[in-house]
Amino acid sequence: MMKIPSSEITPESIYRSRRQFMRGIGAVALAGLGLTACGAPADSFVAPEPGAVAGQADELGDPLNSYQQITTYNNFYEFSTDKQAVAPLARDFQTTPWTVTIGGLVKKPQMIAIEDLLRRYPAEERIYRLRCVEGWSMVIPWLGFPLRFLLADVEPQAGARYVRFETLLDPERMPGQRDAWYNWPYVEGLRLDEAMHDLTILSTGLYGRVLLPQNGAPLRLVVPWKYGFKSIKSIVKIDLVAEQPTSLWMAAAPQEYGFYANVNPNVPHPRWSQATERRIGEFERRPTLMFNGYGEQVAALYAGMDLRANY
Amino acid sequence: MRERIRTNWMHIVHPVALAPLVLLAFDATTGRLTINPIQDLTHRTGYAAVLLLVASLACTPFSIVTGWKRLLRLRRPLGLYGFLYATLHMLVFAALDFGLDLRLIVQEIAEKRYIVAGLAALLLLTPLAMTSTRGWQRRLGRRWKQVHRLVYLAVPLALAHYAWSQKADIRQPLALGAIVAVFLLLRLPVLRRWIEARRRKPGDVRHSTQVTGGDLP
Repeated sequence: MMKIPSSEITPESIYRSRRQFMRGIGAVALAGLGLTACGAPADSFVAPEPGAVAGQADELGDPLNSYQQITTYNNFYEFSTDKQAVAPLARDFQTTPWTVTIGGLVKKPQMIAIEDLLRRYPAEERIYRLRCVEGWSMVIPWLGFPLRFLLADVEPQAGARYVRFETLLDPERMPGQRDAWYNWPYVEGLRLDEAMHDLTILSTGLYGRVLLPQNGAPLRLVVPWKYGFKSIKSIVKIDLVAEQPTSLWMAAAPQEYGFYANVNPNVPHPRWSQATERRIGEFERRPTLMFNGYGEQVAALYAGMDLRANY
Repeated sequence: MRERIRTNWMHIVHPVALAPLVLLAFDATTGRLTINPIQDLTHRTGYAAVLLLVASLACTPFSIVTGWKRLLRLRRPLGLYGFLYATLHMLVFAALDFGLDLRLIVQEIAEKRYIVAGLAALLLLTPLAMTSTRGWQRRLGRRWKQVHRLVYLAVPLALAHYAWSQKADIRQPLALGAIVAVFLLLRLPVLRRWIEARRRKPGDVRHSTQVTGGDLP
């Protein structure tokens, strides 16, 4: 038999106190769990009742994601890098007054108050798939109007080849912007023909309601065949420019995020599977569709282009 | 008094290391794993694994600096808990996220360096976890220590996996990497001897209160 050195034997008083201690730990843990179980945590967000929607599914027959899902799981680094922390942090974000400046290479530069913009361009419902570069997706009933209406009204000059969008820069109201890791403000861009495409909309609402701050109120871009990060939120500035704009993500990680960012299952990303995706609310992955399923409408924009090089 | 302090460390290690698992179970059964539950499970198990592995590596350098030899006893439970979470992390990835679809899993491994690094870390940790018992310690003798030096490869690989899995902001994995680098430096024989010599200087307060703690094998 193995001899146990006397130093290894635990005196009775100590193992008794150990057991008592463990019971104490257990009680504390249970109390903690009990506390968190009492109602939702203070920083959670409960979506209001959604408004009426015209459709219940996208053109492929996939049902809409819920208003709760769409308004509580948001990539909006201006508030937080934690997708669930955005909604509570953005709750009191004021979107009036709000002015959008449209300028650059246009014949009729404008500064439009958001109320006037809403009045001038009546909103229509567009049910689009949103595919995040992180490998998840949703089906969202947006309200908005085609960007081309606005572009036509400002009359782009002959030299305008790209559209550059900018998010509000206000670290007081957008706490995530106090983090100097990212090069604020958020900037995105489209080629002019992409911007003029009928699928490209400026959104002012979803689920029959005006946009909530976490979804990019009061005005955001929606480009359904591109990864979600292209659809810039809380826009204050739209410029027509001659040179290809550098987006925030292109500057932050140029080898990972290109200018085009078209949804493409054949161009792998160093982190997330782009061949497959998980629809929020579903258990199994589903194959990702080329151009997010909008190939028929948009593939012609990229005829002859190497989409691996232009990722 | 001394006995009480010694046992307290273990009382802290077990609940702290098990807390993430208890919370996960609680959140899973009450529908609190966010609306993207598989991603949440992946992130949380991975994070717990990395923190516990770094904590396990911290024991030796902390004991060098403080002279608290009983910290060395925490290396095994911390390392084993780290391995437990790393294993859960891999299982969530393979079984829940990719539904054990070998074609997709192989494609992911082939495409993504961060998965290669993570998998390598887990493979290196597996023999360490399996030989962590006293029996194996006896059986392997001097070689046990050599084998367990693999942890110095496994943890940096796990941190590379963590850094490469981040979207752009790698401050946290960088900070952990810096901490681990300091830990490894502290173990260099030259530095180690210098620190121990300083600690043993007569009149040192820690010396007079802690020297009796050094009774471990």
